[in-house]
Amino acid sequence: MDTVEKKIQPDFFSVHNLTIAFGGLKAVDNISFRVAKESIFSIIGPNGAGKTTIFNCINGLYQPDSGKIVFKGEDIIGLKPHKIAMKGIARTFQNIELFSRMTTMENLMLGRHIHIKTGVLSGATFFRRKSPAAREEIKHRERVEQIIDLLDLQAARNQFVGGLPYGTQKLIELGRALALEPKLLLLDEPSAGMNTEEKQDLIFWIKDIQDELGVTILLIEHDMKVVMDISDRILAINFGKFITEGSPEEVQKHPEVLKAYLGEDEIIEQTA
Amino acid sequence: MFLQLLVSGISIGSIYALVALAMVIIYKTSEVPNFAQGEMAMISTFVAFMFLDTFGQSFLVSFTGALVFAIVLGIFLEFVFLRRAKDPNVLSLILITLGFEMMLYGLASWKWGAEQQSLPFPVSDFDIVNLGQAVVSYLNIATLLVTLFLMFILFLFFKYTKVGIGMKATQQNMIAARINGIRANRILSITWGMSSFIGAVAGMMLAPIATLDPNLMMDPLLKGFAAAVLGGMTTLVGSAIGGYILGIIETLFGGYVSLQFKSIVAFLIIVLVLCFKPSGLFAKHYVRRV
Repeated sequence: MDTVEKKIQPDFFSVHNLTIAFGGLKAVDNISFRVAKESIFSIIGPNGAGKTTIFNCINGLYQPDSGKIVFKGEDIIGLKPHKIAMKGIARTFQNIELFSRMTTMENLMLGRHIHIKTGVLSGATFFRRKSPAAREEIKHRERVEQIIDLLDLQAARNQFVGGLPYGTQKLIELGRALALEPKLLLLDEPSAGMNTEEKQDLIFWIKDIQDELGVTILLIEHDMKVVMDISDRILAINFGKFITEGSPEEVQKHPEVLKAYLGEDEIIEQTA
Repeated sequence: MFLQLLVSGISIGSIYALVALAMVIIYKTSEVPNFAQGEMAMISTFVAFMFLDTFGQSFLVSFTGALVFAIVLGIFLEFVFLRRAKDPNVLSLILITLGFEMMLYGLASWKWGAEQQSLPFPVSDFDIVNLGQAVVSYLNIATLLVTLFLMFILFLFFKYTKVGIGMKATQQNMIAARINGIRANRILSITWGMSSFIGAVAGMMLAPIATLDPNLMMDPLLKGFAAAVLGGMTTLVGSAIGGYILGIIETLFGGYVSLQFKSIVAFLIIVLVLCFKPSGLFAKHYVRRV
């Protein structure tokens, strides 16, 4: 891989020879990549290429058969999902996983879960406004309000998320991931189901999250315009196997990517 | 007569409410109605009896011991059996709870036999206060107070504590809960421990007025389940109110209509609720997941 970059920037997050099989099918086959701190790294590939499976391994939802996932110098394979969350890795899902019978506010507050220190006794008895539990609650609510402002979710604040439009739910999930104050944020097709205008906003927000909050972002995305716009590096995979890795310009031109991702017909159309 | 029936209704309703709460706590986090609830409570009550009768301990020691036993039993069952289930769906988990039910019933029959015992209790059912026309025993009052106290504690717990909210989150979406740093397995253990504790309280409040044998909780379990369905399986407050409503209706029915058919009321109510408001009387915004 890019050795020059590696020397300048020590590994923030890296995946080494990750392999996981379901039955006989190797969903992810010997995939390695490195992600520099505060960069945006995209994974592209056709449906079923194993992109989400990689995310599930990083999250601890799946246990890979072999390989290493190193986050800030520590192998996180084998850790339970909640431990990985505590290390500062948050994510969103392709098919929205929200607490649908809670309000937007409550969903985002759950994103703060790992930061809430109040114990059972003081939590159940915070009747005074000045009690430590109440003060902590206020602190977390302020943080959540900032996220609500950032993502323009004011109108949805006190509504049950189950009934909200798809695009809004996607944003709430992003907001909840941000509430965790992640160091590494995994976004699984954040722009799916959004219209052009919403996608444009999303691109700005992702940029903001990277620049202003200093979050490293791992992105799975089908919309090539979004990917090419915001990615620092791109990894292309197909059938769980590595195809290429590089800057958007390099990856865009790679013949295998064109073939696997766009299909032969489209290459002809594009060149025509 | 009406007032007296009301008093008895509220008293038995408290027991139903406790059983319903115990059921709902587990149902809320895992969508599994725990049919072993009654037997878990029955065994715990027998443990209290054993402490009192066999070991001659004080009430305080015996009842505390039994409640601790109940918590451990709940956690044990969840940890040893439910958690081992590979790829569980709700139906198979329900069957596992039915398995416990039989196991615990068999265990109790073997250990304590079918002989009918009576559990000594610090508060008597024969000391009474007159309330207008009605007679209220100290035990009635104690049952009501204990139930209300537990309900209040549970309300605070689920509404305001981190663990309580974590339970709510785990029930609504386990994957999302886990990736947000909630230890879902731990939550399930706590749930089972708490539920078993509340069931045991119900068992110990009931035993002095019923007879203590392995069938102790058979009827209250079904009634408690009916109460939970009536009030709504997803709402703690609703299911408790359901317990009281059921207790009162049932007792009134027994007093005015027919004592023999008293028990049928509960099942009639289940059927009616399932026909007209399947989510229960007090359940809000319950959307069935497809």
